[in-house]
Amino acid sequence: MMAAAPILRVEDLDVRFRGPAGVTRAVNGVSFDLWPGETLAIVGESGCGKSVTAMSVLRLIPSPPGEIAGGRILLADRDLRGLPDAEIRQVRGNEISMIFQEPMTALNPVLTIGYQIGEALMRHEGLDGAAARARAVELLDFVRIPEPARRARQYPHQLSGGMRQRAMIAMALACKPKVLIADEPTTALDVTIQAQILNLIVDLQKRLGTAVILITHDLGVVAETADRVLVMYAGSKVEEADVAELFARPLHPYTRGLLASVPRLALGEDADTEAETRLAEIQGMVPPLSDLPPGCAFAPRCPLADATCQTIAPALREIRPRHAVACHHARDVGP
Amino acid sequence: MSAAAPVLAVDGLTKHFPVRRGVFSLVSGHVHAVDGVSFAIGQGETLGLVGESGCGKSTVGRSVLRLVEPTAGSIRLDGVDISHADRAAMRTHRRQMQIIFQDPVSSLNPRMTAGDIVGELLEVHGIARGEAKRARVSELFERVGLRATQIDNYPHEFSGGQRQRLGIARALSLSPKLIVCDEPVSALDVSIQAQVVNLLKDLQREFGLSYLFIAHDLAVVQYISHRVAVMYLGRIVETAPRRALFRMPRHPYTESLLAAVPVADPTQRRERRIIQGDVPSPIDRPTGCHFHTRCPYAEARCRVEAPALREVAPDHHVACHLR
Repeated sequence: MMAAAPILRVEDLDVRFRGPAGVTRAVNGVSFDLWPGETLAIVGESGCGKSVTAMSVLRLIPSPPGEIAGGRILLADRDLRGLPDAEIRQVRGNEISMIFQEPMTALNPVLTIGYQIGEALMRHEGLDGAAARARAVELLDFVRIPEPARRARQYPHQLSGGMRQRAMIAMALACKPKVLIADEPTTALDVTIQAQILNLIVDLQKRLGTAVILITHDLGVVAETADRVLVMYAGSKVEEADVAELFARPLHPYTRGLLASVPRLALGEDADTEAETRLAEIQGMVPPLSDLPPGCAFAPRCPLADATCQTIAPALREIRPRHAVACHHARDVGP
Repeated sequence: MSAAAPVLAVDGLTKHFPVRRGVFSLVSGHVHAVDGVSFAIGQGETLGLVGESGCGKSTVGRSVLRLVEPTAGSIRLDGVDISHADRAAMRTHRRQMQIIFQDPVSSLNPRMTAGDIVGELLEVHGIARGEAKRARVSELFERVGLRATQIDNYPHEFSGGQRQRLGIARALSLSPKLIVCDEPVSALDVSIQAQVVNLLKDLQREFGLSYLFIAHDLAVVQYISHRVAVMYLGRIVETAPRRALFRMPRHPYTESLLAAVPVADPTQRRERRIIQGDVPSPIDRPTGCHFHTRCPYAEARCRVEAPALREVAPDHHVACHLR
């Protein structure tokens, strides 16, 4: 799985939004590497900057009011940040594609599913209409939509939510992208459909070798699909580790709080012993991004915070192999 | 747990919505949103009502309060049948039961101050006005974890979690016996969700409240419920005490629902048995057992004969021919 070089490298990304309330620092100095074939999950709560980070990779941030104010986005050796619009359009849907939470808003309601999938193939691979339509049917079959030929002639509203998400995935994979960005791909779906779609993404990724950036707030989804996890809080990366390491040894107080506050489903014999305790809470709420405290953004909610935390922003340190954390108080807790 | 008479007893609740088509809006069919649902909730008890979109769980919640008119069935509140109560009588009954919604933003009037929102029902029901109302409202604010200094703020000045606290304070204002909680935490971030779930549990203990807790998140339901009912296409397919349901689900649908929940533990990645296909349309439901089209165990009789709920263990009811 480890290739010689990452397929995508984001360095020191800064994204800002200008509004009546001043400048909102949505993403502050976020860096990460994405290796071929791996799934990197970016997790965090609303407003932590996970979606903005993902959208910035494809330069989909509306500008104004948004602006990529600093950093580099390297796809192989090309910096996407400085690419002319015509060239970034060649990257979108071809080398990097994206699927969204709500397929209904991402699909065009007046065009057939087959046409919308074929469009990327006509644009990026120069197929003619008939060939593109034939490929679209194959792709729908590939994402396990029953009766693909009939579905290709239908419009988005004629498909169920799960099927629309499958069609979106077919569209995203049409040009065999190197990177697939999935922004909360299953959040709007029922749990049985969510399981089907996650399985589909994992399976297709194995067969095509696509690297996936999975944006989600659901730690269950992370635990079941990710290889590596990046935790964001108030626009900054606060922790990054391999998935097993992160769940076994969360080092940032925010990550620990997040893991503790999720109610766990206890099945089988565990259902008997399931503790009658209170859910752990993280006190308070996320500070407004236009008015971040000096020092560590998590300090106002952190049980460990001291004077240092309130004045000096902690740098990201790798305190265990492949495990980085931005906290003054984080220590290697051993095996 | 249950007192002599349950706080809420629902029997044979049914709700059909007509489907109208064409220029004359002729009725071309019916959505069978709720189809003969029965359950009871005792004092201080939480019944978790789970199921996927379109299974009818929210319609059940709204029918209980008669926010939608049931097509058939009876609803008893504290032993009194309210299914045919007129508007005036319903006003009195509604003091005993309140509802909180998933989306606190759209359920709060943006032009009213937080204090007016929380105190509105006190005034409508003629319980308190003026200074007395304000005093009761600040008491409620503090009880749900809001600062009394925020009384004159408008809803947009509150965060998502705080708005849900406003909804809870409003629901509590009349000291009801029953609160229907319709997906009250699904729109909240996990750290805030934990705060609200804990608050609901505390309030239940303090005031002996009964909850009909409607949700699709099974982990939250397990955490808060005493008993759980699982719905599929308008019918309850399984109902049991919480422990029994999560230890040994009997209905194939409950099994697949529990198996589909992603587990937040990477050492437990499972080869999951995932049921295929989508939930069928509630307008054109499968014959017999509604679940037979997706059920891995379905036999010939499942396609023709609808299974009735049977008691398979103490207080554990399942609607399946095979279990």
